[in-house]
Amino acid sequence: MSPSEPTRPTAAHPVGHHVPLRVLAATLAALLVLTFITVAVTWFSWSDFGRAGNIWIALVIATLKAALVALYFMHLRYDRPFNAVVLISALLFVMLFCALTLMDARAYQPDIQAYRDVDPAHYAPDLQRP
Amino acid sequence: MKAVVSTFPRSHVAAAEAGAAGDNYLTHAHGIRSWLFTIDHKRIGVMYLVSILAAFLLGGIFAILVRTELLTPGPTIVSADNYNRFFTLHGAIMVFLVIIPGIPAALGNFVLPIMLGAKDLAFPRLNLFSYHLWVLGALLAVLAIVTGSVDTGWTFYVPYATTTGMGGVVPVLLGAFVLGFSSIFTGLNFIVTIHKLRPPGMTWFRLPLFLWALYATAVIQILATPVLGVTVLLLIVERVLGLGIFQPGLGGDPVLYQHFFWFYSHPAVYIMILPAMGIVSEIVSVFSRKHIFGYHFIAFSSIAIALFGFFVWGHHMFVSGQSNLVTTIFSLLTYSVSIPSAVKVFNWLATMHGGSISLRTPMLYTLAFIFIFGIGGLTGLFLGALAANVHLHDTYFVVAHFHYVMMGGTLIAMIAGIHYWWPKMTGRMYSERLGQLSFAAVFLGFNLTFFPQFIMGSHGMPRRYYNYPPQFEFLHQLSTVGSYLMTVGFVLIAVYLLHSLFAGRRAPANPWGGATLEWHCASPPPAHNFDEPPPAGDPYDFNDLEYDARIGGYVYGTRPVAADSEPT
Amino acid sequence: MSTSRPADSSAGAPAPHLQHHFTSPAQQFESVVLGMWLFLATEILLFGGLFCAYAVYRANHPEIFEYAHVYLSKSLGAVNTAILLVSSFTMASAVWAAQQSRARLLRIMLALTIACGLGFLGIKYVEYKHKWHEGLLWGKLYRPQHEAAPFSAHHAFEHGQTPPAAPTSAPGDTDVSWVFTPGDTGPRGLLAPGDTTPLVSPEPKVHNVQLFFGVYFALTGLHAVHVLAGLVLLGWTLWRAALGHFSAAYFTPVAMVGLYWHVVDLIWIYLFPLLYLIH
Repeated sequence: MSPSEPTRPTAAHPVGHHVPLRVLAATLAALLVLTFITVAVTWFSWSDFGRAGNIWIALVIATLKAALVALYFMHLRYDRPFNAVVLISALLFVMLFCALTLMDARAYQPDIQAYRDVDPAHYAPDLQRP
Repeated sequence: MKAVVSTFPRSHVAAAEAGAAGDNYLTHAHGIRSWLFTIDHKRIGVMYLVSILAAFLLGGIFAILVRTELLTPGPTIVSADNYNRFFTLHGAIMVFLVIIPGIPAALGNFVLPIMLGAKDLAFPRLNLFSYHLWVLGALLAVLAIVTGSVDTGWTFYVPYATTTGMGGVVPVLLGAFVLGFSSIFTGLNFIVTIHKLRPPGMTWFRLPLFLWALYATAVIQILATPVLGVTVLLLIVERVLGLGIFQPGLGGDPVLYQHFFWFYSHPAVYIMILPAMGIVSEIVSVFSRKHIFGYHFIAFSSIAIALFGFFVWGHHMFVSGQSNLVTTIFSLLTYSVSIPSAVKVFNWLATMHGGSISLRTPMLYTLAFIFIFGIGGLTGLFLGALAANVHLHDTYFVVAHFHYVMMGGTLIAMIAGIHYWWPKMTGRMYSERLGQLSFAAVFLGFNLTFFPQFIMGSHGMPRRYYNYPPQFEFLHQLSTVGSYLMTVGFVLIAVYLLHSLFAGRRAPANPWGGATLEWHCASPPPAHNFDEPPPAGDPYDFNDLEYDARIGGYVYGTRPVAADSEPT
Repeated sequence: MSTSRPADSSAGAPAPHLQHHFTSPAQQFESVVLGMWLFLATEILLFGGLFCAYAVYRANHPEIFEYAHVYLSKSLGAVNTAILLVSSFTMASAVWAAQQSRARLLRIMLALTIACGLGFLGIKYVEYKHKWHEGLLWGKLYRPQHEAAPFSAHHAFEHGQTPPAAPTSAPGDTDVSWVFTPGDTGPRGLLAPGDTTPLVSPEPKVHNVQLFFGVYFALTGLHAVHVLAGLVLLGWTLWRAALGHFSAAYFTPVAMVGLYWHVVDLIWIYLFPLLYLIH
């Protein structure tokens, strides 16, 4: 798909960008292939990358797919750059939120455990099973 | 840039004066429907103002009830349960219905397009929709009072909020969700308007600083408010269906709830304070008759505050079980916000230095803002320090701190803004003498109410308590008397502003000598603001404005204005 | 968006869809697109909160996710992913058709998009229904129905395990009857024929399995609400397309509904691997 194919606004077509069907169909094909790959990788073990090794592979593929949708289906590639800034800012702030919260939650897990160990019968009811 | 020399001001002011008696946005259409379903940003702004002031009255009544109850230890006028309801409703109403929408939705809606030189906001119907959402949210909050009320505090901490028997929790949460989207749509509208509807010549660095502040506010509204939306949704599902994500009894994590809540609610305090700082930047310059000092610093400090505000939410959670690691990081980051805030204060002081200061009512309230915000901001540093925070956490010191910032900051700046733009909005002048009197009552009353609370808090008086040891009685009584004095001041404001509507002197187009574009159209403005957008110049260049005693306002002198000058 | 309606236009003006406060159709269109992107940013942050909850529980309790994800059907998840991707393609084609003033193609593409959306919700319904029947629900409602599931009783027997007792309340002086203990081996869940996922989780002693289903239902439920809203918007767009409102000169609503629909797809692109493809 050549980037020069989609048209810029002209006098006849005053607004928007025309991304032709050929480009859209190629995008769909790429997305379906990536979906197959992301399912296929779960058939193999990735424990070399740690217990959660496959989550990173899954996230990388998902991000590739999301980028394809945004760039071609949503015309971001041909659009005003500021719209991309808006999208990327949203993603960055989601990451900021997740990162700091996750950093905290990981750090206080031992505190929770210590608390539960004090009196499991009382503070860890989910462990009390017949 | 092309140098455009324009003679617009005189002709515009002349047209404005001629138009004052003619058609304006208030007389353009008649009937209740022409208000409730208007898409004119000015009418929507006025409706917001009236509605927000009504909510302020309701929240204020709860405040007075709370203060009166605390006049003596033990029961004074209400039961402990009702006391819990009253402080919760006071907090929730004041935060969600008054202070967050206050300046942007009411004053911002009215002046943003005019200051910009645009005919309306980018999405007028969305603007009306956001007002209707505000009304719906307010009705849900009132519904909560009817259905058993809430006693969770405005923060809705789990697990208490998921287990309390009060029947108003879900309606209030739904109200907060709806109000959140009202706020989002206002912010969205402002960003698009400032990006896309600037007329030729209105460059980014000719934007009045109030617009920079509103822009920064809108960025926070867009990026933070959705997280509040999902938080209250989860809390509703948690309460109704027992979702279990936040409830420890179901394996959930209550500290996670606090992260969710403060990821919005800390940036939200900058939604409250940034527009207030914008108003102060306008008024300080106009009433000192001096160009604003450090235009770029003030503009960028607004953006900096908006961004830094996202990195500090954990300082509300120092004693909640948050880990030591993250607590230390958040404490350090908290100090970063003080830098752009101090930049603003120093620039305001530098603007006043050597200026010819006129102590009219808007300026008096602005000076009150700077004084009170100074105290509120500096006591924030105490609370950001880890060790001090453990001692002061959840005491009256915190209550005093955030009232100094939210009420003494945002609300007093809003009052300053109302006085500043009142002639523009209504076409009438209020009594200057009564305005100054109200300032005295509000300023003294405010400090009398909240300063003793710093002392009580540092001595260990916890917030939200119904009862207290006798040693705090005198300070509590001082505080209550102060709140009554403040009430007198607010009633006085209501009286003379309403009186001015009927008997006030007709306002000239430019009563204060402002150089921003809203002073170039008539008071009140015509329905579509401008036929042709006026060429934008430096918004703080007062050199050519001369007082004309004949009309009681300012007009441009004879020297043509170079339209390509930007603030320095 | 509210501004997309062509009201307010004065008769005889050169651009009938241009509102009075814009100077050109390009300015108006760009404003609407920017407004839509800002709205989409808020949607991403709305889901961001739920992704954060996911991250916190996945990072701290990976065993819950490894144990519980086998009750989701990879196959149905993959089919639904493909359906949404195809619907995104038909939506983007609908925008192109509108830009080319090809009214019939526009209607066909919108109808196909709606069909895909309905198909997605249909499969989602099948999945939810099985979870409901097997008690694989969130926090308070988590009550695995061991005997009820067609595969699970057989399976537990095969592996020589006794069916776990019904949930009991924990001992203690406080009333904790609303705390539910998850079973050692849950039901087989909804597995399509051909799925080769292990029938028994490698770690039978997993506590708080209800957290996984809480996160699952919160994420997919909010997403399903967005699909539903998208279908309503698509229906409205199709209706207007049938009335002939759209052409190369005016296609803003099609483009905006399209952007919204793509974001719904975008979120599912992340949900699918995070929930279904845990290794």
